[in-house]
Amino acid sequence: MSLSKRLKRSDATPDLVRLERRLFLRNSLSLGALAMLTGCDLTDGDAVDKVLWAMSRWNDRVQAWLFDPDRLAPTYAESDITKPFPFNAFYAIDDVPDIDGGDWQLEVSGLVQDKSPWTLERLRTLPQQSQITRHICIEGWSAIGQWSGVPFRTFLERIGADLRARYVGFKCADRYYSSLDMATALHPQTILALDYGKDPLPPEYGFPLKLRVPTKLGFKNPKHIAALFVTNDNPGGYWEDQGYNWYSGS
Amino acid sequence: MAIASIDRVPKRRIRIHPLPVRIAHWVNAFAMTCMILSGWQIYDASPLFPFAFPRWATLGGWLGGAIAWHLAAMWLLVGNGLLYGVYGLASGHFRRHFLPLTLASVSADLKAALTFRLAHRLGHYNAVQRLLYALVLLAGVLAVTSGLALWKPVQLRWLSWLLGGFEVTRRVHFVAMAGITGFVAVHLALVLLVPKTLPPMITGRAKEEP
Repeated sequence: MSLSKRLKRSDATPDLVRLERRLFLRNSLSLGALAMLTGCDLTDGDAVDKVLWAMSRWNDRVQAWLFDPDRLAPTYAESDITKPFPFNAFYAIDDVPDIDGGDWQLEVSGLVQDKSPWTLERLRTLPQQSQITRHICIEGWSAIGQWSGVPFRTFLERIGADLRARYVGFKCADRYYSSLDMATALHPQTILALDYGKDPLPPEYGFPLKLRVPTKLGFKNPKHIAALFVTNDNPGGYWEDQGYNWYSGS
Repeated sequence: MAIASIDRVPKRRIRIHPLPVRIAHWVNAFAMTCMILSGWQIYDASPLFPFAFPRWATLGGWLGGAIAWHLAAMWLLVGNGLLYGVYGLASGHFRRHFLPLTLASVSADLKAALTFRLAHRLGHYNAVQRLLYALVLLAGVLAVTSGLALWKPVQLRWLSWLLGGFEVTRRVHFVAMAGITGFVAVHLALVLLVPKTLPPMITGRAKEEP
């Protein structure tokens, strides 16, 4: 969910994209035959769009093949941390959900043995790990931050998840949703983050629980997680379903 | 007398560009255009410098569409580039057309070009052309390697490190694009100035000149 204010929400709105394409064609701002292709933007399912989606699926497979479960993302010194760490979401900072940590519970479902919900206190009893890593946004910018929390592998083992299942899906309190391949979920640097810096996650960075995955682009790091589930059916994601590459590994 | 006798001989059509070079050229022209225009749209999502590319000059409609274009055309560009590289080395194409490349020959031909005394010989590249073709091929290699480093800064960590880290690599990628774009601008301007160079890139052949 790494969309900063610079990318307007309307940029991802299919209707507006179609309208813009009509304006585009009407204005005849042409670069020859290629101009016709600028309308192929993954939204209306014509032949070129189908090829683009197919290539994206092919890229998912290549990236899964490239992924090395033991290769660690670079880590940085505290002096390298980007201050302030940029806020990014598909909505403005004023719309960040207001969540009461005392009431909050993490729901767990799917291919797991123990489906009992988790409170913040209970998550804090699990082993914790800290990392200073680079968050890379799909827009191209990057920023270094410090996150701490429960190694996701530890959590998945604790709930008796089927570690041979293909996906882990996430549902968030801000209507965001996303999913990961199991290999990335089990990566040693993938953590369920409870803290940013030395303090509990502030609301703008995903209070009370955020997935931190330094081997993926920023939008694969859901914030305000309310539920997670283990499954063999690809759960997609908020941006993934609109055309961002699903794997989006780094 | 020699000139007169040549004039009487009917002009022959000679082969200028072999088929693999022509195919690679046009596939590259399409792939590179897709890469640059979708790249400009991706750049505009978070501009590195205080300017953005105009919307009409971009491909993909929105960031997700542009990335889909960029990562699809990438395979065409890299596959075509590899085939061209293998052909260029194996057939002697690179050696015949781009070598020798010396400082003396470049400076002599550059002087001739600036004083409009540089002759255009069909099928033969002057030293300035040789230098520019060599440089744009290097820029292409740099664009692809820096692109791979941006795509996979963790899995290809060594490549990212070699290029100076993620943020430096973004600038390297931009500079490589700017170099290629500059080359394309000069290339197209020269085709407009010397239009007879265009048909041989399609048919492969041209009338022999005296």
